[in-house]
Amino acid sequence: MIKDQIVLGIETSCDETAASIVRNGNEIISNVVSSQIESHKRFGGVVPEIASRHHVEEVTMVLEEALKQANMKPNDLDAVAVTEGPGLVGALLIGINAAKAFAFANQLPLVGVHHIAGHIYANQLVEPMEFPLLALVVSGGHTEIVLMQNHGSFELIGETRDDAAGEAYDKVARVLKLPYPGGPHIDRLAHESEEAIAFPRIWLEPGSYDFSFSGLKSSVINYMHNAEQRGEEINPQAVAAGFQSSVVEVLTSKTLRAAKEYKVKQVIAAGGVAANRGLRKSLEDTFIKEGIKFTVPPLFLCTDNAAMIAAAGSVMFEKGHTSSMAMNGKPGMTLFDWK
Amino acid sequence: MIWLGIDTSNVPLSIALVQDNQLLVEWSSALNVTHSVGAMPAVEEVLKQANIKPNEIDAIAVAEGPGSYTGVRIGVTIAKTLAWTLKIPLVGVSSLQALAGNGVFFKGLICPIMDARRLNVFTGIYTNDFNALLPDGHYSLESVLEILAAKDEDILFIGKDVSIHWEAIQQVLGKRAIRAPFHLDLPKASVLIEQAMKKPLPSIDETHHFVPEYKRITEAETNWHSEQKKAES
Ligand SMILES: [Zn+2]
Repeated sequence: MIKDQIVLGIETSCDETAASIVRNGNEIISNVVSSQIESHKRFGGVVPEIASRHHVEEVTMVLEEALKQANMKPNDLDAVAVTEGPGLVGALLIGINAAKAFAFANQLPLVGVHHIAGHIYANQLVEPMEFPLLALVVSGGHTEIVLMQNHGSFELIGETRDDAAGEAYDKVARVLKLPYPGGPHIDRLAHESEEAIAFPRIWLEPGSYDFSFSGLKSSVINYMHNAEQRGEEINPQAVAAGFQSSVVEVLTSKTLRAAKEYKVKQVIAAGGVAANRGLRKSLEDTFIKEGIKFTVPPLFLCTDNAAMIAAAGSVMFEKGHTSSMAMNGKPGMTLFDWK
Repeated sequence: MIWLGIDTSNVPLSIALVQDNQLLVEWSSALNVTHSVGAMPAVEEVLKQANIKPNEIDAIAVAEGPGSYTGVRIGVTIAKTLAWTLKIPLVGVSSLQALAGNGVFFKGLICPIMDARRLNVFTGIYTNDFNALLPDGHYSLESVLEILAAKDEDILFIGKDVSIHWEAIQQVLGKRAIRAPFHLDLPKASVLIEQAMKKPLPSIDETHHFVPEYKRITEAETNWHSEQKKAES
């Protein structure tokens, strides 16, 4: 019998301090996430310095809890995987240095993981991946379409040229005076609305799989401004519905076009915005009609977590990718192939 | 008893191993290498040179701040994680006091200086038996010099950043201001350990709650508080 491979994952790239233990890259043994949302609420967004301060306070407690829930000791582990980038540099450094110290003290190999690869591999914790596969990764920091021909092979097909989808949600939510984080509130308002304000769809050049959301955000702000000047009453539900339908339509059609062009067997959505009901439904309906398998990990695996980092790290480790004690945080890290 | 000392609270890096009151090895550098890249390899190397395994360490001393926010956090994160997973006590020492410790035989007052921009400094005033006359904090240089001007003793200024403010210091204190030689301007992890050894060893349950001493709230909080005040008035 082949021995199980047990990987500890650590994630601190933004405002969640997380640790998780995963068996064989696909089974969660423990999963601990300490969220800082409450601390950043009053500032209307994540304050990097405050996020870093929280990570230092939380990191060993989160690690201990992950081991405790798994009923494991450090010597039950085979490797330590940690988010190397992209993300907030000060925040990344806490996870990385904790991972290095832990790996060193317990003489375990260290594996640096790309955060987006983590989001994609969250799917592996739900069901096996089928290749070629297309991943739509949408969150507060990312909007990317990634093509995978096999495990550890990544081709970036499209990405945002300005704001990430989740960032646009947060900015529009602020204009509508909704509390932070704004995404879920816009999603809720959009569902309550019968009508929707018509906002533009930004398609960019024909054939492009890239995105742009800052123009859409500006048209929402202009619309609000003009309505205010004319003394008209604003219907926030209709604004939310109009904004959301523009985002969802662009995301869905570009993903569909890419899925057809690359003849993929499976499409997955990942990242915090994949929890958006409007987007989920649109993608689900579209791909069911096309007969292409579509999966979204459950909500707790869509938002930032360490199980996804352990899952991706597990595959990387098997392919022989380890890092040294000199590993640094890479805030602008790009996805690379694990050959 | 084996101590590991870690200081990454400013640009310089210092890592030391002390066994039974003897310094085994110390690695210090003033090069501008990010601690995230340099600190753990230095820990690894120091232990290797001394032929000591991580699980043979009995206690850890760390410079807890003030200093560069990121620098302090890297040292504290490494120290905290090592102490927690090795189940050994973690002792924090003020980065300023550790620097002041380089002036151990000086007869007057000791004033370690770390620049904090806009004519501000992180500093404290120490007597030669290491009692703090002025507690560690974030001060305007002017206010610190005013306090020192009212004393009679000579004052030893220690730290790489003294050079930034040396002219202003001399203008106020004249010949009473003594500047430490360059080799005492770098923090030494062995001095940190010596000061940690004078403190009671905390229980290992306290490691989780160990936090840096930033001596300053964040800019976002400062702005938020002033906006709240504006809204109130
Ligand atoms: Zn993420």
